[in-house]
Amino acid sequence: MNTTRFTRDHEWVRPEGDVAVIGITDYAQSQLGDVVYVELPEIGRTVEQGKEAAVVESAKAASEVYAPVSGEIVAVNDAIVGDPAKVNADAMGEGWFIKIRLANPTELDAMMDEAAYQEFVAEQH
Amino acid sequence: MSDWSQALSSRPAMDAPGGMATISGNRGLQIEEKLLFEQDSPGHCGVDLPEPPPFGARLGGLERRGPIGLPGLSEPQIVRHFTRLSQKNYAIDSGLYPLGSCTMKHNPRLNEKMARLPGFADLHPLQPEGTVQGALELVDSLAHWLKVLTGMPAVALSPAAGAHGELCGIMAIRAALEARGDRRGRILVPESAHGTNPATASACGYTIESIPANERGRVDLAALQAKLGPDVAALMLTNPNTCGLFEDEIIEIAAAVHRAGAFFYCDGANFNAIVGRVRPAELGIDALHINLHKTFSTPHGGGGPGSGPVALAAELAPHAPLPWIVHGPEGFALVEHPDGPAARSIGRLKGFHGQMGMFIRALAYMMSHGADGLRQVAEDAVLNANYLRVKLADALSVAFPGICMHEVLFDDRFLKDTGVTTLDFAKALIDEGFHPMTMYFPLVVHGALLIEPTETESKAALDQFVGVLRGLAERAQSIKKGAGDAAFFRAAPQFTPRRRLDETGAARKPVLRWRPEAPASTGSADAPRDAGRNRAPSLVDERS
Repeated sequence: MNTTRFTRDHEWVRPEGDVAVIGITDYAQSQLGDVVYVELPEIGRTVEQGKEAAVVESAKAASEVYAPVSGEIVAVNDAIVGDPAKVNADAMGEGWFIKIRLANPTELDAMMDEAAYQEFVAEQH
Repeated sequence: MSDWSQALSSRPAMDAPGGMATISGNRGLQIEEKLLFEQDSPGHCGVDLPEPPPFGARLGGLERRGPIGLPGLSEPQIVRHFTRLSQKNYAIDSGLYPLGSCTMKHNPRLNEKMARLPGFADLHPLQPEGTVQGALELVDSLAHWLKVLTGMPAVALSPAAGAHGELCGIMAIRAALEARGDRRGRILVPESAHGTNPATASACGYTIESIPANERGRVDLAALQAKLGPDVAALMLTNPNTCGLFEDEIIEIAAAVHRAGAFFYCDGANFNAIVGRVRPAELGIDALHINLHKTFSTPHGGGGPGSGPVALAAELAPHAPLPWIVHGPEGFALVEHPDGPAARSIGRLKGFHGQMGMFIRALAYMMSHGADGLRQVAEDAVLNANYLRVKLADALSVAFPGICMHEVLFDDRFLKDTGVTTLDFAKALIDEGFHPMTMYFPLVVHGALLIEPTETESKAALDQFVGVLRGLAERAQSIKKGAGDAAFFRAAPQFTPRRRLDETGAARKPVLRWRPEAPASTGSADAPRDAGRNRAPSLVDERS
């Protein structure tokens, strides 16, 4: 079963045990266009759901990436800092942003599953 | 003559439309201009200096031994170089410049005449006060009229541009809060704000919270009220906002902000829509910067730098930056130190007194228009934007219904299923002889196209612009009916010295320093398509 969840701000969350892998969706990268810069948080920082966790910048716009869940940052994907094109090439895989140790796993319950997210995206435009 | 080497440059022919390439790489009288360093002709010199008398070096062996790296150039080479570069420029003096949020209006030549009067142009800011009374009077008069137009009791003139004005305003707000022993940590900024607003708040040590827009493109009052609290220092709002809409609940917004003990900062970038019609103080605004280089002419490319005076409410006025102009017993005097009556000033924000040249131009503009003229400026600017809105309503997609202010916002719904993007559409406009509008801003609508015609444009000029926009929109629509394809738009612009610049490459791998080309091999692995054009990634086409 696909356990990946999605937010209305176009982040995805994939739970792996008590940790969640987080990135921006393929739709988000396509809307941003070529990503040219990524700023990631420090490992060990605690983030709150809905607050800024990272910054992503394209030739078109700069946007915040919000923490879809609360918890401690346990890993960041330095590879996308060195090569931001990875976010465009594989947003849902190699282009992940951060890993958060879940403080409150029930936060995931209210989020969209893939089908609901696709429907949400279809309404966007 | 060395200019022949220029004309017969080794640069390859540009990819002209229809595959027509020229031998020289030039196109018509559009010259492929090399950098001055690439035009180096050793031994050439534009000045004839006498031989220095014999001297001995006293640098203890530290004197430079190699060449200093300046190109050898004759005077005509340099004159032609800069003339050609200037001819590649686009400016409000060349034609319509519909950049939304920028107020690219005509800069009357009378302004320039005034700014060049020797009594102003030849002053030095360190001259004794007694010798610059006229200049101080001019600054004081400008401040007076800005106070009249805003209804605010004080104005700080030194900020050098809009964002600097924001910094001044937020620093004054912070100082006022600290003076009353009130520590607050948050500033609220609407989603549609200019990026400088949150940047300013952040630079002043505040955390930023975003206020969503409602379906009418205005601040969601309920969302604002929910975020207001004892920790909020200020709201930063633009009115009219960046969607070109008047924030019609501004009185309620101001009241809510003040009830929470916060200050109301207004970004006055769009003051052109309301100058002479609305006094911002009466809307409950505590601080407002005015872009002299927008509302009072002298726009980007129209002469000179920016200037961003800030009008301040009574509670903020004691914190205004230095210098202050005061009426002393011997005429006008400058208060330059934060003591005595100026003890609560935030201090100096800029060297000397601000952009004097812009003060002269802005006052010339105000005085030549008069109160009725300034009022008509706002009226005509709003009329022109609404004319475009109505004339384009069925061809493009207006983002929000109803009357707009000085600029009209479209989204990209009209391009749906055509394969054409906002960017492609804007680039096609260049081939038609028009500078594009602002694109992809504000971010609150999809694929934004923001058009601000200003009062400068005549009905005939607007009709011509409308004709081209409608023609391009029709061409995009015809793609859906199987006539033509998006390739036409993706290939635009075709008639410019450069096609699409590789913005991604420029951001990911910026080339910040010129270096001589390696003599032997040309081309690089990075840009095989563009082997001959080499060196600067920002010069290659974006799409392959």
